[in-house]
Amino acid sequence: MMDDGTELSLTIAQIVQRLKGSHLHSQIERQAKECLHQPEIKLESLKEDVRSFLKTSGWERKLQNAVYRELHVQLPPSHPSAPPEHLKEPLAYMRKAQASWEKRVLKSLNSMSTELEVPLARMRPAVEQKELTNKWNEMGTDEPDLSRFRPVYAPKDFLEVLIGLRNPNHDSSEDVSIKSHWGLIQVPLNVRDIPQLRRAYSELNLTSGQLGIDDHAHIHPDLFENEYVQIGKKVVVEQDSAAAQQYSRQGCPTGLRADLWALILNSTNQPQDVMHYEQLMAGVIQHDLLVDNLIYKDVKLTASNDDYYFVFEDFLYQVLLCFSRDTAVLEHFKYNSATPPRSYIQGKGGDEECAVVYPPNGEPALAPLCFLYNEPSKLYSVFREMYIRYFFRLHSISSSPSGIVSLCLQFERLLQTHLPQLFYHLRQIGAQPLRIAFKWMVRGFSGYLSTDQLLLLWDRILGYDSLEVVAVLAAAVFAFRAENLMEVTSLASAEAVLADLSTLKVIPLIQIFLFATAI
Amino acid sequence: MSDSADDIKPVSCTIKPPVYLQIGDTKTDPSHSGVCVVDVTLPFGKPVNIEEITFKNYYTAYVTVRLLRRSPGQEVPAKWSTTLRDLPLMDNPHTEGGSQDYFSIHRTQMQVEPDHVVSVRLILRQPSFAWLTFSLEDIRIFPHMEPDPEKEVSDWLSDLTLVDQHPDLEGLPDPQTVSSSIQQMWALTEVMQTNQTTASIGRFDVDGCYDINLLSLT
Repeated sequence: MMDDGTELSLTIAQIVQRLKGSHLHSQIERQAKECLHQPEIKLESLKEDVRSFLKTSGWERKLQNAVYRELHVQLPPSHPSAPPEHLKEPLAYMRKAQASWEKRVLKSLNSMSTELEVPLARMRPAVEQKELTNKWNEMGTDEPDLSRFRPVYAPKDFLEVLIGLRNPNHDSSEDVSIKSHWGLIQVPLNVRDIPQLRRAYSELNLTSGQLGIDDHAHIHPDLFENEYVQIGKKVVVEQDSAAAQQYSRQGCPTGLRADLWALILNSTNQPQDVMHYEQLMAGVIQHDLLVDNLIYKDVKLTASNDDYYFVFEDFLYQVLLCFSRDTAVLEHFKYNSATPPRSYIQGKGGDEECAVVYPPNGEPALAPLCFLYNEPSKLYSVFREMYIRYFFRLHSISSSPSGIVSLCLQFERLLQTHLPQLFYHLRQIGAQPLRIAFKWMVRGFSGYLSTDQLLLLWDRILGYDSLEVVAVLAAAVFAFRAENLMEVTSLASAEAVLADLSTLKVIPLIQIFLFATAI
Repeated sequence: MSDSADDIKPVSCTIKPPVYLQIGDTKTDPSHSGVCVVDVTLPFGKPVNIEEITFKNYYTAYVTVRLLRRSPGQEVPAKWSTTLRDLPLMDNPHTEGGSQDYFSIHRTQMQVEPDHVVSVRLILRQPSFAWLTFSLEDIRIFPHMEPDPEKEVSDWLSDLTLVDQHPDLEGLPDPQTVSSSIQQMWALTEVMQTNQTTASIGRFDVDGCYDINLLSLT
């Protein structure tokens, strides 16, 4: 309830606080001091001259990008009485549900540890450390016995928890009240419908050029593609985060995507980032975590059997093992409704330095990135930023509009509102649509779409700073296959109709669903 | 805005239990009208000048604030007036947004000066039938204090040496001090140039580890 002026001052103060003492700050200071030698800097107009030097040398732009990045991850200004848990998640019943889910996961981890007699974390003996260093680049060739390890939880379990979410103050006494009783999600979150989505996603409308549609082989490149790529090149040269994000809404050209995404995420590959990555690597070599085996197993089961991702198996291990030890990831728990479970390396209990945080499930977000970045530290820093901005929301229970609960509800509502016959039919045959779509959404469609299509989808996630398109795409897929789905008579046959998404072209589907659906 | 929650203690007041308005006969037709009234009486004989009213929402969609004010001195009966009508607390009465958030109503938002207030009446409205109940929690009233010299945002930002949003209050610094400090810097760079070594600074590592105890300095 503060007025705009105060809110702005507070935001500025918060951002200044975060950037002060950062590497960028010291670099800019150094640049400013060095530029004093230059003849154009005059004493009488010192301040203006230094500022214009910083502008022309590109440092002002770097600072702008850093500020822009902070705005993305900053908590919204909050009421002074609001306790920190309220900032993570304002709804008490959601906090409770998240806490009990976490307890379940932790219990499962702990019991696995006791059962298999494998410690949650331990220091590796020197011989083992040497061995791991030597085969760091070919961890995929190892064939350890992972049969005893089982995944801590399956997506189905998580879905059941979401379905069971109830607001104790919600009146569900009437049988078919407003909307949601057809679907599985029973919490009344505010989700956007097609008219609102049309306004928000106006760049996707039928009259704007899109990559994923207008770059098709049979359309002459002069109609859209060539000019669009030229604009993209300019954006990369300008090194402007905000412009890159806006540009990404209509898609990123393949040759520019790596640079554009790194720009949007402000993921600069500075020497200290490389150092940080190497430090994490050292951490992996020094300590062995129970979760490492789970990561190993997960990657073996999914990516190494995937036609597109198996080539990146080694990369995936390297990055995921490092990710699980990165305490910088802890920062995002300020706005993530989850709280990380911790364990302490034996013998150093209480020493925060050695606390190892149980890693969230990052794998689906990582594999497609391997197509864009081949340098491990760069891949790592882009992946980490993508995770802490977007993908973590798929694994925790929260009321955020990009959170998995909202996405599930939005998917169901879109389908109920615009394809009510289909929804009703599927419900009647025991094939609730969410049960099929959940596995797509919880992975951001990674592993279900062909890679080029997936990257086009993720362009829009970055461009619109929201995971909503994932829910929209899920509904659009059902709309696309509606005719076939109306004919099926069982859950199994519905699943079969929707089993293979690898031939889908996502942008036309989204565009038609949003802009060509009669309302 | 001063952080009133820290500096100032809320006024001790009596918050009466909320009264939910009913339509029709309470026995046979217990439907809620979606309107509730909460009366907050301030200590008798001590009218308050209100700075801020804070509360935590629980599924209330709109709140209207009415004040009972008694002008000091005169023997005029106290009068009720509406100072804020239908302030939205939830974006959409049917959905969760804002349902459990913390709010403040500051005196600048009020249409009527909240001075010499004897009693506050909060009228809560929740038109949606989606919710079983609605109310406000933890209602606190903060009295108006004499304004302290407020800390300017520019003070917080003045530590920044470079990209300053600090309004230019003093003008340019004294040229003598600047030139002498630049001369010092220049002298330093000259010293560095004459003492150059060919050893690379490297990163403080030996054999790929970051153990500070093994730092080797040339």
